Amino acid sequence: MNEYLQLMKSELMVILIIFILMFIKLGKGLPNGTLLSLVQLLLLINVAVSFGFNETGRIFNGMFVHNELAGFQKGILSLAVYLISLLCSDWLKDHEHMPEFFMLMLSALLGMFFLVSSDHLLMFYLSLELASIPVAAMANFDLERRKSSEAAMKMVMSSALASGIMLFGISLIYGISGSLDFATIWGSLRNEPLHIMAFVFLFSAFAFKLSVVPFHFWTADVYEGSPVAVTAFLSVASKGAVSFALFNILYKLFPNLSAPWYTLVVVLSILTMLIGNFFALRQDNFLRFLAFSSIAQVGFILVALSGQNSQVISAVTYFVLVYVFSNLAAFGVASVLRSQLGIENISQLKGLYKTSPALAWALALGLFSLAGIPPAAGFFGKLFLLMAGAAKGNYWFITIAALNMIVSLYYYLRIVKLVFSAPDGEQVQEVKILKPVGLGLVICSAGIVLAGIVSWIYDHINSMV
Amino acid sequence: MMEPGLYHLLVIGALLFFTGIYGFFTRRNMISMLMSIELMLNSVNINFIAFNKYLWPDTLGGTFFTVFVIAIAAAEAAVALAIIINLYRSHQSINVEVAEEMKY
Repeated sequence: MNEYLQLMKSELMVILIIFILMFIKLGKGLPNGTLLSLVQLLLLINVAVSFGFNETGRIFNGMFVHNELAGFQKGILSLAVYLISLLCSDWLKDHEHMPEFFMLMLSALLGMFFLVSSDHLLMFYLSLELASIPVAAMANFDLERRKSSEAAMKMVMSSALASGIMLFGISLIYGISGSLDFATIWGSLRNEPLHIMAFVFLFSAFAFKLSVVPFHFWTADVYEGSPVAVTAFLSVASKGAVSFALFNILYKLFPNLSAPWYTLVVVLSILTMLIGNFFALRQDNFLRFLAFSSIAQVGFILVALSGQNSQVISAVTYFVLVYVFSNLAAFGVASVLRSQLGIENISQLKGLYKTSPALAWALALGLFSLAGIPPAAGFFGKLFLLMAGAAKGNYWFITIAALNMIVSLYYYLRIVKLVFSAPDGEQVQEVKILKPVGLGLVICSAGIVLAGIVSWIYDHINSMV
Repeated sequence: MMEPGLYHLLVIGALLFFTGIYGFFTRRNMISMLMSIELMLNSVNINFIAFNKYLWPDTLGGTFFTVFVIAIAAAEAAVALAIIINLYRSHQSINVEVAEEMKY
C-alpha cells in the first residue's frame, strides 16, 4: 500500500485536485478569483510533489513503472500546467466554467502522467486516450466562437482516427507476440513485413499527436481556433508527454526494428522541419504561426530521437523543459493580447515595445529561445538535440537540421523586429498585466535564462538516465 | 461445410477496418464519420478476439483489451457528439464542409 502511495504520488495528487474542484463546484462554489488562486496554489504544490522524492519501482504487475527520470518528466508537465494557469488568468478569471476547465485539463495531465509511466500496451492506450479526449472538449471552451467549435470538431475527429489506426497496430502486435507487456513483446519482434506494418500503424498515431508531417493538417486549425490556454497546453504538455512516450516505444518496444524506423524517423524529421519552417514564414495569425513553429520544433525532437544512444532521452527531456519556458512566454503574451485587446495578428504587434515594454521583452526572450540564439536556453536545447542525433554519424542529416535552424531565425526575428520598431499610425493600446500573469512571465523568462546558464540542470537529467 | 478459421476473421477485420477508413474520408456528414470510426474500432475488436482464440488461447489479454476498447469508444463518441451538437448550434449544419473558416 505504501509503495502505491509513493510511486503514484503525482497521479494521486492530480486526482485529489480534481476531486477538490468537483466538490467546490457541487457545493456552494467560490468566487472565480478566489478559486483561481486556490487552483494555482494546488498546482504549485503538485509541481513540488512531482519533482521531489522519486523512487524506482513497478506496480500493477509491471504495468506502471516509475523512476527518477519519469518523476522529472512529470514534474516538467506539471510545471507547464501551473504556468498555463498563471498566464491565462485573464481569460480564466471571467470564464463561467472555470472549474470544469481545470478538471478537464487535469484529467488530460493525469493521462500524460500514466503515459510517461506506462510499460504495457493496454495502459499505454488508455492513457493516450485520457490525454487526448479531454483536450478535444477543452478546445470547444469558447462556446460562442464559431472557430472554437470548428477546432474542436477537427481535433476530436482526427484524434479518433489516429487512435483507431494505432489500435489496429496494437492488435497486430498482440497477434505476433501474444502479450501486451513491453518487456515480453520486444523479443518477439523482428525485421519482417508484418512487424514493420504493426510499427508503422503504431507510429502514425504518434505522428498525429506530435503533428509530424504528413499528419500535421489539424494542428494549425486547432491552434488558431481553440482558446489560447488550450493551445498552450496542446503545444507544450501534450507534445512533451508524447515525445517522452515515443522514446519508450522506439527504444523499449521496437529496438529490434531499429534499422527500418531509423530511415522513417529521418525522412519524417526532414519533412517536418522543412514544411513547418516554410509554412511559418507566411503566417500572419500569431497562433497559427506558433503552430507551424511548434511543428518545426517537433522536427528537431525527431532528430534527437533518431540518435540511438544514451544521450537521446536526456537531450529530449532537457529540450522539453526549455521549450515549456520559451513557448509559454510567447503564449502568455498572446493570451494577454487576445483577451484584453483582441489582437490576433502579427502585423498588429508593431510597436508593442512602446506601450508595454515588459510584454515585449518577455516575447522577445521567448522567441530568441525558440530560435536558438546563444544566451537563451533554447540554443543549448537545440545543441543537445543535434548532438544526440549526430552521434549516429549521419552528418548530412544534421547539416539539414542546422540549415533549418537558420531559416527559422528569419521568422522569429521578424516578429522581434516588428515588436521593437516604432509604430506607424495606430498604436497598440496599453494592457494591464495581472499579478499572476506577471509572475508567470517572470518564471518563464528566468527559466529561459537560467536553464541555459546553469549546467547543473542538464547534468542532473543526464545522471538519472 | 467449411469451418471459419483465423484467416476468415482476420480478413473480415481488415475489410471492416479499411471500410471504416474509406468511409471516414468520403463521408461528409459528421455522424457518418463517427460511425466509420466505430467500424474501425470494432474491426480491431474482431482482430483481438480472433488472435486470442486461435493463437494465444491461454492468455486473456485480447479479450480484456476489447472490453476497454468498447468503453473508450463510448467515451469518445460522447465527447464527439457533444462537440457536434455545439457545432450545429453555431453553423446550423453537421456537414463538414460548413466548418471551413480556417484554412492554410
